[in-house]
Amino acid sequence: MRDKNLEIFKKVSFVRHFELQVFKNIKNKNIKIPAYLSAGQEFISSSLSYFIIKELKIKPLIFAQHRCHATYLNFGGNPKKLIDELLGKKSGTNSGLGGSASISSKKINMFGHDGHMGTQMPIGLGACFASKKPTIIFLGDASIEEDYVMSSIGWASFKKLPILIIVEDNNLSILTQKKVRRHWEANDLAKGLKMKSVNIKDDPKDIEKSKKLFFKEPFLMNINTTRLFWHAGAGEDDYKRFDRYEYTKKKIGSIGKEIDQKIKMEVSNLWQKQLEKQ
Amino acid sequence: MAKTVRETIKEIVYYHLKKKKFLAMGQCLSAVGWVGGTLPELYEKDGMIELSMADVAGGGIATGAALAGKRPIYIIRYQGFNWYNAPMILNYACKSKELWNVSCPIFIRSIAMEGKIGPVAGSSHHSLYYRMPGIKIVSPMTPKEYKGIYEKFMKGDDVYYVSEHRGSFNNHKELIDVEINRPNLVIFAISITRFEAKKAVEILNKKNFRISLCNILWIKPFKVKKKMINQLKKAKYGGLVIDDDYEDGIAKNIANDLSIISNKKIHTLGLKNKSAGFSKKGDNLPPDCKEIISKIEKILVKK
Ligand SMILES: Cc1ncc(C[n+]2csc(CCOP(=O)(O)OP(=O)(O)O)c2C)c(N)n1
Ligand SMILES: [Mg+2]
Repeated sequence: MRDKNLEIFKKVSFVRHFELQVFKNIKNKNIKIPAYLSAGQEFISSSLSYFIIKELKIKPLIFAQHRCHATYLNFGGNPKKLIDELLGKKSGTNSGLGGSASISSKKINMFGHDGHMGTQMPIGLGACFASKKPTIIFLGDASIEEDYVMSSIGWASFKKLPILIIVEDNNLSILTQKKVRRHWEANDLAKGLKMKSVNIKDDPKDIEKSKKLFFKEPFLMNINTTRLFWHAGAGEDDYKRFDRYEYTKKKIGSIGKEIDQKIKMEVSNLWQKQLEKQ
Repeated sequence: MAKTVRETIKEIVYYHLKKKKFLAMGQCLSAVGWVGGTLPELYEKDGMIELSMADVAGGGIATGAALAGKRPIYIIRYQGFNWYNAPMILNYACKSKELWNVSCPIFIRSIAMEGKIGPVAGSSHHSLYYRMPGIKIVSPMTPKEYKGIYEKFMKGDDVYYVSEHRGSFNNHKELIDVEINRPNLVIFAISITRFEAKKAVEILNKKNFRISLCNILWIKPFKVKKKMINQLKKAKYGGLVIDDDYEDGIAKNIANDLSIISNKKIHTLGLKNKSAGFSKKGDNLPPDCKEIISKIEKILVKK
């Protein structure tokens, strides 16, 4: 396996084990707030952050939605601060005011979310337009249906801004599937609004193919992925899902298992330490 | 001659863009008379940003520009359009400092007018913003007031809803409170109603009605001079709040605050509780001099 893919796998592994800890701590009631787990979707922000920060050496403005743990962790957020935030402590990313859904960090240029899905699109667009800085905006397959998101994609395209729009398409709006809500894909919309776009799987190889377009012009990526757990909280839906992490781990054999075990311990210790500080 | 409100706003926008290098944004700015002549003829390269016609997204774009430190003047040509422009300003910009410790200052120029223009374009809608924390609401009607508000905005990092009225754009005079020794009633007037209230007070006081008049500039936080509160405390028949919005909003809220401070009965007068039509008969205009006089006569006679 290429080094690059191993590096991305390590990032994914960290987020996966972080989220499994969140799951566990919701179950045992250390975490008492609604939490939106990124588990299953980690490859998207792990790959993107690797290409953008490590390879392109760009530090973008980041606008995420409620399911933002993976974004925060992958783009360089301090995991201890996120643990504290989930525990509602003053030392958290947002002194306990952000919870799980509204994480922000000045250090990594990540802006908070107000809880209204999709508002990060016009707000991120405004910040990008006014600053002309590279800006990455994460949407869900549901939030892209918001009227204000559609019109903002149009204006971003018209103004030719250095903006990268990522649709984390888990095919779900809470529990309602895409096919119940619409008959078009995000890239159809982008095309109509004259913005370049792709509709791909969350395989790092596929994501990498678009790297040359990042922040060069407005660009939308609809990335198909799988949400492993409930919309919020610690629970599993009762149908089988593809899990790219487990799939990749198996594919790369013993080294995958080794990384998995090592990072599992590391994350478990991290949580243990933060919990003991309570 | 002294500058008008229109000239004052135009100068402020010019200074904001050309000297401070900040932004002004809104819809159709560079057409249809440059928003009642309140904008200098500047373009995108100067910071005058034409947005698309997407009102909801527009409020979000202004919010994002504020996050980026560009202190946007966000222009809303008719206050009624705030039903679509307000959501992200109120739910994001106004909370940003508190929740994320990131300041997000926006200067919303929200413009009212009325007279046969129907239910959406007519009147002030500042009550729409009133209930949310983190917003400052002001309604300057004179050049000095407008300049003072802009300077305050530039010194701080808050979101300002500046409730303007086209009826004030030609005004070049300052509006002065009227203090009567031992008044019968004190009027607290907001926005365009201040001009009609002034006329009404002049007429009534000629007839020895003993009415004081307090001009409201700061709606949220609500600020009035101490001496006007003292006037209210002495007023035999309490007070009257007059607004260019529906009474079920700011007017009644302020009345309640004043009532608690003074222990007096406070009445309200604003738009009638109906939609405005386009015909003269079906319109819903702010209280004029005649209506104000009639309301005061009723209050004084009833007692
Ligand atoms: C304006 C608004 N309407 C409705 C909701 C309720 N809501 C919360 S999350 C959600 C689904 C979001 O789905 P998606 O954008 O695909 O993100 P995902 O949860 O799948 O990551 C909905 C409808 C909301 N938060 N905001
Ligand atoms: Mg979804």
